Amino acid sequence: MPKLTIDGIEVEVEPGMTVLQACEQAGAEIPRFCFHERLAIAGNCRMCLVSMERAPKPIASCAMPVADGMVIRTNTPEVQKMRKGVMEFLLINHPLDCPICDQGGECDLQDQAMAYGLDHGRYLDNKRAVEEKNMGPLIKTFMTRCIHCTRCIRFAEDVAGVPELGAIGRGEHMEITTYMERAMTSELSGNVIDLCPVGALTSAPYAFGARSWELGKTESVDVLDAVGSNIRVDSRGPVVMRILPRLNDDVNEEWISDKTRFACDGLKRQRLDQPYVRRDGRLEPATWAQALGAVADRMKGVDGSRVAALAGDLADCESMMALKDLMTALGSPNLDCRQDGAKLDPACRAAYLFNTTIAGIEDADACLVIGANPRWEAPLVNLRLRKRALAGGFTVGVLGPEVDLTFNYRGLGNEPGALAAMAAGDHPFAKVLKRAQRPMLILGVGALARPDGAAILAAARQIAEETGMIREKDGWNGFNVLHVAAARVGGLDLGFVPGTGGRDTEAILQGATQGEIEAVYLLGADEIDMARLGGPFVVYQGHHGDAGAGRADVVLPGAAYTEKNATYVSTEGRVQLGRLAVFPPGEARQDWKILRALSDAMGVTLPYDSLGEVRARLVESNPVFSVTETVQAASWGSFGTAGEIGSVPFVPPIDNFYMTDPISRVSETMAECTATFVQTTQRMTGTDG
Amino acid sequence: MTDTRGDAAQQTDDFAFTAANLAKAKAIIARYPKGRQASAVMPLLDLGQRQNGGWLPPAAVECVAEMLDMPFIRVWEVASFYTMYNRAPVGRNHVQVCTNISCWLRGSDDVLDACRNTLDVEVGKTTDDGLFTLSEVECLGACVNAPMIMINDDFYEDLDAGSTQAILNALKEGGTPTPGPQNGRRGCESAAGPTTLSEVPEFKPKKPAKKRRPAKGKPSGGT
Repeated sequence: MPKLTIDGIEVEVEPGMTVLQACEQAGAEIPRFCFHERLAIAGNCRMCLVSMERAPKPIASCAMPVADGMVIRTNTPEVQKMRKGVMEFLLINHPLDCPICDQGGECDLQDQAMAYGLDHGRYLDNKRAVEEKNMGPLIKTFMTRCIHCTRCIRFAEDVAGVPELGAIGRGEHMEITTYMERAMTSELSGNVIDLCPVGALTSAPYAFGARSWELGKTESVDVLDAVGSNIRVDSRGPVVMRILPRLNDDVNEEWISDKTRFACDGLKRQRLDQPYVRRDGRLEPATWAQALGAVADRMKGVDGSRVAALAGDLADCESMMALKDLMTALGSPNLDCRQDGAKLDPACRAAYLFNTTIAGIEDADACLVIGANPRWEAPLVNLRLRKRALAGGFTVGVLGPEVDLTFNYRGLGNEPGALAAMAAGDHPFAKVLKRAQRPMLILGVGALARPDGAAILAAARQIAEETGMIREKDGWNGFNVLHVAAARVGGLDLGFVPGTGGRDTEAILQGATQGEIEAVYLLGADEIDMARLGGPFVVYQGHHGDAGAGRADVVLPGAAYTEKNATYVSTEGRVQLGRLAVFPPGEARQDWKILRALSDAMGVTLPYDSLGEVRARLVESNPVFSVTETVQAASWGSFGTAGEIGSVPFVPPIDNFYMTDPISRVSETMAECTATFVQTTQRMTGTDG
Repeated sequence: MTDTRGDAAQQTDDFAFTAANLAKAKAIIARYPKGRQASAVMPLLDLGQRQNGGWLPPAAVECVAEMLDMPFIRVWEVASFYTMYNRAPVGRNHVQVCTNISCWLRGSDDVLDACRNTLDVEVGKTTDDGLFTLSEVECLGACVNAPMIMINDDFYEDLDAGSTQAILNALKEGGTPTPGPQNGRRGCESAAGPTTLSEVPEFKPKKPAKKRRPAKGKPSGGT
């Protein structure tokens, strides 16, 4: 490994690193604008100049690979002077509008100007002014502020896979724009806002909303898809102002999807902020005592087999645990967390996890995608797939609708019957998988939420076993289920599934229609067909006035994911903690506490009084809850039911990426995105058939 | 400020290469190895511009991008980087006056004024009859014959106000003025006639120098 001397300190670094990274390793901080660890190297801002012994002139440390015996100086007066010179040139055309700039307070240029800027400008001519560009409803542009670092261009081209940004014109007249100022058609576009080192690209929904230093910052996890992106919730008073990504190399690196980032305005709209009880066909405001009393009165004495519970896609583990315990106390085995009816097998944990892990995708060399559109179902998984595909030697086959995944793949048609051929080893792609060292498959939940789901699951298991995806010796597990609901894995882990002789989602709905079910408890379950609920008494506990609340007889206002300390399990099986950033609005309460209070009212008091005790109960129900942040490998087993696979083509579970849950459905920003991207460019993603 | 969208009002929706130009374009693409067809972007844009009367509408840029399997923005970057691609319509004669240092020192101001007055049009504008567009450009690499203007593909050099006017008037009347120096000079030979090599030097054959051979018995090279 090359050895360098940096400011008199000798360091040994990995070959292929840049001088800038070596300097960081030696503890010398190098200012930079264009360099970013996860993007290609550009070397055009010149801020990272350092002096190198025996070099005739300063070198751009971000673009210089390390070599043995280099002697680098980063803190000499000459280096300082060079950086001051670069900074002066950058500031020549940069407006002095920090007081009205959204980036103010978290701006690289502002910070570095404190260290290297002059106290006055020497440039007396007019500054350059550039027209604002249209980049869609999410990105607000102030192009006069742009310093042409090209980070956004490199992100769009290399990471997001939508080469739509570019620099047109030349020299003084260079401008960053999209082709013909069309909106940037990526579900990861918001990340250019974080990447922009100045205030040229800022968040449109957050524009002029707050200053960064007046925000409370809470580290949490996202629940709008099943990836479990690590986020930071920035709030002021009772309002979530914005959501930013948090670094986690195993999950989201430092990106988040646009839904994660921008759907937070949905947290302010159509909230359930007090209990409601239906009287004479109308939902009327009530007190907690009245609402809990109404539920207790109606449900007391009803036979357990005539009561059912469904958990929604955003439910946290604590509340599902409490609801499960409550149902058990009432003697009901009718509960299900799979409101889409997916034929997931709760008996074997490996059967419903993304076993390879998201970071593990980078080790794979062949991948079969079954009935999923990862670009919409989990943009960050798709981003890893693309990253792996760009590295080369990675064959992806997609059995399902043809969509633009931002990388090349082999379309295998949309005939579910091909799975049987693959399991038998007759399909050409089965040979590709067999030949691969580390093959993997991604099974979308859309392929499981159909009548032949169990047979498809069994076929996928057989493919995994036949093509060497499951290996004891090195622990490689290439079988992956890609969930779309943040609550799903947690629900399966704690056993929120029908007990012995219990009904699953389909049977509950059927029972409700036929009058065999007298009371249904919906824990944030909005994705079922409410018309099929028929006549029974419906309790809805949740945070938004969505489909469930509209049908309910009693509404119990709960907390959204930013308003509670709660546990979620991602599609990888990673147990992560969401944290309370703001308090629930009005009378709304933390969800497990509502269930605890209800159990009291019904006379079957749940045996826990604090969050710690609920979590202890979670660990008792399944030890996986005892370890957070890391993924525990699940052991392989037998699952699925072999059977006839139908010929109905696969349909992805998401028909609009921007609106998938009660929060994003009421978000104005997401509505704008739907109008801009989905209704006009469905052609490009191909989900219209 | 750069015009980021070209002339939006004049965007034409359709562009396709004529059969003859398509054959040319294919020949150009064939010059480059497979997978490197993007290298053909500049000649193809030029071809498109020539076909479209001297300017590149977005439709032509998109057509070229699709032929070369490039994102639209990448081709648009090229088209906007080089000043010789026009992203707005130009007149039949695109008069480009060099005002860079050499031409300026040799009187390009007079040439530019002559253009303005003769054509009655401002820099960057097109005459009402659509015959001329006047532009100011940077060095076109003919400094030795400064000042100069470029009209479409032809260089007119060694100009003054009078000769500029004559050229433009000839073009107005549909004539084709002879390109090259306008002051009778031949090519780029010295304006004041040859100053060197003006006489035939006397030929004196030299005795061939004796070839030195290394002395025998001594080791060659090294110490």
